[in-house]
Amino acid sequence: MSINIPAKLLIEIHTSGETAYPEEGAGLMLGYEQNGVRYIQSLLKLENAREDSARYNRYLITAEDMLQGELEADRLGLSIVGIFHSHPDHPNIPSENDREWAIPWYSYLITSIQAGQALESKSWRLADDRSHFIPEKVIINSNI
Amino acid sequence: MPTIKIPAPLRPYADGQRALILPGRNVAEILEEIVTLYPELKKHLYGDDTQLRPFVNLFLGDENIKELQGLDTPLTEGDIILIIPSIAGG
Repeated sequence: MSINIPAKLLIEIHTSGETAYPEEGAGLMLGYEQNGVRYIQSLLKLENAREDSARYNRYLITAEDMLQGELEADRLGLSIVGIFHSHPDHPNIPSENDREWAIPWYSYLITSIQAGQALESKSWRLADDRSHFIPEKVIINSNI
Repeated sequence: MPTIKIPAPLRPYADGQRALILPGRNVAEILEEIVTLYPELKKHLYGDDTQLRPFVNLFLGDENIKELQGLDTPLTEGDIILIIPSIAGG
Protein backbone atom coordinates (compact mmCIF):
# COMPACT_ATOMS: atom_id res chain seq x y z
CA MET A 1 0.00 0.00 0.00
CA SER A 2 1.78 3.12 -1.21
CA ILE A 3 1.47 6.23 -3.32
CA ASN A 4 4.00 7.31 -5.91
CA ILE A 5 4.06 11.06 -6.42
CA PRO A 6 6.29 13.14 -8.71
CA ALA A 7 8.49 15.52 -6.69
CA LYS A 8 7.13 18.53 -8.57
CA LEU A 9 3.55 17.68 -7.55
CA LEU A 10 4.59 17.24 -3.93
CA ILE A 11 6.20 20.68 -4.09
CA GLU A 12 2.91 22.07 -5.45
CA ILE A 13 1.07 20.51 -2.51
CA HIS A 14 3.54 22.07 -0.07
CA THR A 15 3.23 25.47 -1.76
CA SER A 16 -0.55 25.20 -1.65
CA GLY A 17 -0.43 24.50 2.10
CA GLU A 18 1.93 27.41 2.68
CA THR A 19 -0.31 29.74 0.65
CA ALA A 20 -3.38 28.71 2.65
CA TYR A 21 -1.56 29.15 6.00
CA PRO A 22 -2.75 29.84 8.69
CA GLU A 23 -5.84 28.18 7.28
CA GLU A 24 -6.08 24.64 5.98
CA GLY A 25 -5.69 24.09 2.25
CA ALA A 26 -7.00 21.09 0.36
CA GLY A 27 -7.36 19.51 -3.05
CA LEU A 28 -7.67 16.31 -5.01
CA MET A 29 -5.06 13.87 -6.28
CA LEU A 30 -5.84 12.32 -9.65
CA GLY A 31 -4.11 9.18 -10.79
CA TYR A 32 -4.40 5.45 -11.22
CA GLU A 33 -3.64 2.30 -9.25
CA GLN A 34 -1.45 -0.53 -10.42
CA ASN A 35 -0.31 -3.53 -8.35
CA GLY A 36 -1.26 -1.79 -5.12
CA VAL A 37 0.60 1.42 -5.92
CA ARG A 38 -1.26 4.66 -6.58
CA TYR A 39 0.46 6.80 -9.17
CA ILE A 40 -0.43 10.48 -8.76
CA GLN A 41 -0.52 12.20 -12.15
CA SER A 42 -2.34 15.47 -11.57
CA LEU A 43 -3.65 17.74 -8.82
CA LEU A 44 -6.77 19.79 -8.50
CA LYS A 45 -6.28 22.55 -5.93
CA LEU A 46 -9.58 23.71 -4.45
CA GLU A 47 -10.94 26.41 -2.20
CA ASN A 48 -11.55 25.39 1.39
CA ALA A 49 -15.33 25.70 1.53
CA ARG A 50 -15.60 25.82 5.32
CA GLU A 51 -16.79 29.09 6.86
CA ASP A 52 -14.08 31.67 7.68
CA SER A 53 -13.99 31.00 11.43
CA ALA A 54 -13.39 27.25 10.98
CA ARG A 55 -10.83 27.17 8.19
CA TYR A 56 -7.86 27.25 10.59
CA ASN A 57 -8.55 23.64 11.60
CA ARG A 58 -11.22 22.31 9.24
CA TYR A 59 -11.64 21.83 5.51
CA LEU A 60 -14.52 21.02 3.24
CA ILE A 61 -14.59 20.06 -0.43
CA THR A 62 -18.09 20.57 -1.74
CA ALA A 63 -19.97 18.02 -3.77
CA GLU A 64 -19.88 20.47 -6.68
CA ASP A 65 -16.06 20.64 -6.51
CA MET A 66 -15.90 16.85 -6.29
CA LEU A 67 -18.10 16.67 -9.37
CA GLN A 68 -15.64 18.90 -11.25
CA GLY A 69 -12.86 16.62 -10.01
CA GLU A 70 -14.62 13.53 -11.31
CA LEU A 71 -15.23 15.17 -14.68
CA GLU A 72 -11.59 16.29 -14.92
CA ALA A 73 -10.40 12.81 -13.94
CA ASP A 74 -12.64 11.28 -16.61
CA ARG A 75 -11.26 13.72 -19.17
CA LEU A 76 -7.70 12.66 -18.32
CA GLY A 77 -8.54 8.96 -18.16
CA LEU A 78 -7.71 8.98 -14.42
CA SER A 79 -9.59 8.65 -11.12
CA ILE A 80 -9.68 10.66 -7.92
CA VAL A 81 -7.42 8.46 -5.81
CA GLY A 82 -6.94 10.75 -2.84
CA ILE A 83 -7.28 14.04 -1.05
CA PHE A 84 -4.50 16.29 0.19
CA HIS A 85 -4.84 18.81 2.97
CA SER A 86 -2.64 20.76 5.35
CA HIS A 87 -2.42 20.89 9.14
CA PRO A 88 -1.30 24.41 10.12
CA ASP A 89 0.99 24.22 13.18
CA HIS A 90 -0.01 20.63 13.79
CA PRO A 91 1.60 17.29 12.94
CA ASN A 92 0.80 15.40 9.77
CA ILE A 93 -1.27 12.76 11.51
CA PRO A 94 -5.04 12.49 11.04
CA SER A 95 -7.23 14.24 13.57
CA GLU A 96 -10.37 12.74 15.08
CA ASN A 97 -12.31 15.02 12.76
CA ASP A 98 -10.42 13.55 9.81
CA ARG A 99 -11.42 10.06 10.94
CA GLU A 100 -15.07 10.98 11.45
CA TRP A 101 -15.40 12.35 7.92
CA ALA A 102 -13.04 10.11 5.97
CA ILE A 103 -14.12 7.66 3.32
CA PRO A 104 -12.39 4.28 3.10
CA TRP A 105 -10.25 3.61 0.03
CA TYR A 106 -9.06 7.18 -0.63
CA SER A 107 -5.47 8.14 0.18
CA TYR A 108 -5.33 11.12 2.57
CA LEU A 109 -2.04 13.02 2.19
CA ILE A 110 -1.51 15.39 5.12
CA THR A 111 1.20 18.04 5.19
CA SER A 112 2.28 19.72 8.40
CA ILE A 113 2.79 23.48 7.97
CA GLN A 114 4.82 24.93 10.83
CA ALA A 115 5.01 28.73 11.08
CA GLY A 116 4.11 28.97 7.41
CA GLN A 117 6.70 26.45 6.19
CA ALA A 118 5.71 23.06 4.80
CA LEU A 119 7.45 20.16 6.47
CA GLU A 120 6.93 16.49 5.70
CA SER A 121 3.81 14.93 4.16
CA LYS A 122 2.40 11.58 5.22
CA SER A 123 -0.31 9.52 3.60
CA TRP A 124 -3.04 7.51 5.29
CA ARG A 125 -6.00 5.30 4.47
CA LEU A 126 -9.02 4.76 6.67
CA ALA A 127 -9.51 1.18 7.83
CA ASP A 128 -12.63 -0.49 6.45
CA ASP A 129 -14.22 -0.55 9.90
CA ARG A 130 -13.52 3.21 10.19
CA SER A 131 -11.79 2.72 13.55
CA HIS A 132 -8.39 4.13 12.63
CA PHE A 133 -6.10 5.28 9.84
CA ILE A 134 -3.38 3.07 8.38
CA PRO A 135 -0.16 4.78 7.20
CA GLU A 136 0.90 4.18 3.62
CA LYS A 137 4.32 4.63 2.12
CA VAL A 138 4.94 7.80 0.09
CA ILE A 139 7.36 7.25 -2.81
CA ILE A 140 8.65 10.55 -4.15
CA ASN A 141 9.50 10.19 -7.80
CA SER A 142 12.31 12.62 -8.61
CA ASN A 143 12.59 11.49 -12.24
CA ILE A 144 9.42 13.20 -13.42
CA MET B 1 -31.46 3.50 -20.48
CA PRO B 2 -29.65 5.92 -18.15
CA THR B 3 -26.03 5.49 -17.07
CA ILE B 4 -24.85 5.60 -13.46
CA LYS B 5 -21.20 6.48 -12.82
CA ILE B 6 -19.43 5.10 -9.77
CA PRO B 7 -16.61 6.90 -7.90
CA ALA B 8 -13.37 5.02 -7.30
CA PRO B 9 -13.99 4.20 -3.59
CA LEU B 10 -17.20 2.32 -4.46
CA ARG B 11 -15.88 0.43 -7.49
CA PRO B 12 -14.47 -2.46 -5.41
CA TYR B 13 -18.06 -3.19 -4.37
CA ALA B 14 -19.30 -3.07 -7.97
CA ASP B 15 -16.93 -5.52 -9.61
CA GLY B 16 -14.58 -2.66 -10.53
CA GLN B 17 -17.11 -1.00 -12.83
CA ARG B 18 -16.73 2.74 -13.55
CA ALA B 19 -20.20 3.07 -15.05
CA LEU B 20 -23.25 0.94 -15.63
CA ILE B 21 -26.20 1.30 -17.96
CA LEU B 22 -29.28 0.27 -16.02
CA PRO B 23 -33.05 0.62 -16.28
CA GLY B 24 -34.76 3.21 -14.12
CA ARG B 25 -37.56 5.70 -14.63
CA ASN B 26 -36.24 7.85 -11.79
CA VAL B 27 -33.19 8.11 -9.52
CA ALA B 28 -34.67 5.85 -6.83
CA GLU B 29 -35.25 3.08 -9.37
CA ILE B 30 -31.74 3.14 -10.82
CA LEU B 31 -30.31 3.06 -7.27
CA GLU B 32 -32.51 0.05 -6.51
CA GLU B 33 -31.19 -1.63 -9.65
CA ILE B 34 -27.55 -1.06 -8.76
CA VAL B 35 -27.85 -2.30 -5.15
CA THR B 36 -29.77 -5.36 -6.37
CA LEU B 37 -26.94 -6.08 -8.80
CA TYR B 38 -24.23 -5.30 -6.24
CA PRO B 39 -25.67 -5.76 -2.71
CA GLU B 40 -22.35 -4.80 -1.09
CA LEU B 41 -22.90 -1.25 -2.34
CA LYS B 42 -26.01 -0.83 -0.23
CA LYS B 43 -24.30 -0.30 3.13
CA HIS B 44 -22.04 2.34 1.59
CA LEU B 45 -24.90 4.28 0.01
CA TYR B 46 -27.55 3.94 2.71
CA GLY B 47 -27.48 4.27 6.49
CA ASP B 48 -29.32 1.98 8.91
CA ASP B 49 -32.37 4.19 8.52
CA THR B 50 -32.43 3.38 4.76
CA GLN B 51 -31.76 7.07 4.01
CA LEU B 52 -28.86 7.97 1.73
CA ARG B 53 -25.74 8.61 3.80
CA PRO B 54 -25.09 12.35 4.32
CA PHE B 55 -21.86 12.35 2.32
CA VAL B 56 -23.50 10.68 -0.68
CA ASN B 57 -24.57 13.14 -3.37
CA LEU B 58 -26.23 12.37 -6.66
CA PHE B 59 -25.95 14.55 -9.73
CA LEU B 60 -27.96 14.39 -12.92
CA GLY B 61 -25.41 15.82 -15.30
CA ASP B 62 -24.15 18.88 -13.42
CA GLU B 63 -27.24 19.37 -11.24
CA ASN B 64 -27.50 18.03 -7.71
CA ILE B 65 -30.76 16.06 -7.49
CA LYS B 66 -31.47 17.92 -4.22
CA GLU B 67 -32.15 20.93 -6.46
CA LEU B 68 -34.40 18.84 -8.70
CA GLN B 69 -36.96 16.34 -7.38
CA GLY B 70 -34.63 14.33 -5.17
CA LEU B 71 -34.91 10.58 -5.59
CA ASP B 72 -38.09 11.13 -7.62
CA THR B 73 -36.15 13.01 -10.30
CA PRO B 74 -37.23 11.41 -13.59
CA LEU B 75 -34.63 9.86 -15.89
CA THR B 76 -34.73 9.46 -19.63
CA GLU B 77 -32.67 7.67 -22.24
CA GLY B 78 -29.06 8.81 -22.20
CA ASP B 79 -29.17 10.58 -18.81
CA ILE B 80 -26.03 10.27 -16.69
CA ILE B 81 -26.26 9.99 -12.90
CA LEU B 82 -23.05 10.51 -10.92
CA ILE B 83 -22.50 9.35 -7.35
CA ILE B 84 -20.33 12.02 -5.73
CA PRO B 85 -19.01 11.93 -2.16
CA SER B 86 -18.57 15.09 -0.06
CA ILE B 87 -15.13 15.37 1.51
CA ALA B 88 -14.29 17.03 4.82
CA GLY B 89 -11.87 16.82 7.71
CA GLY B 90 -9.65 18.92 9.84
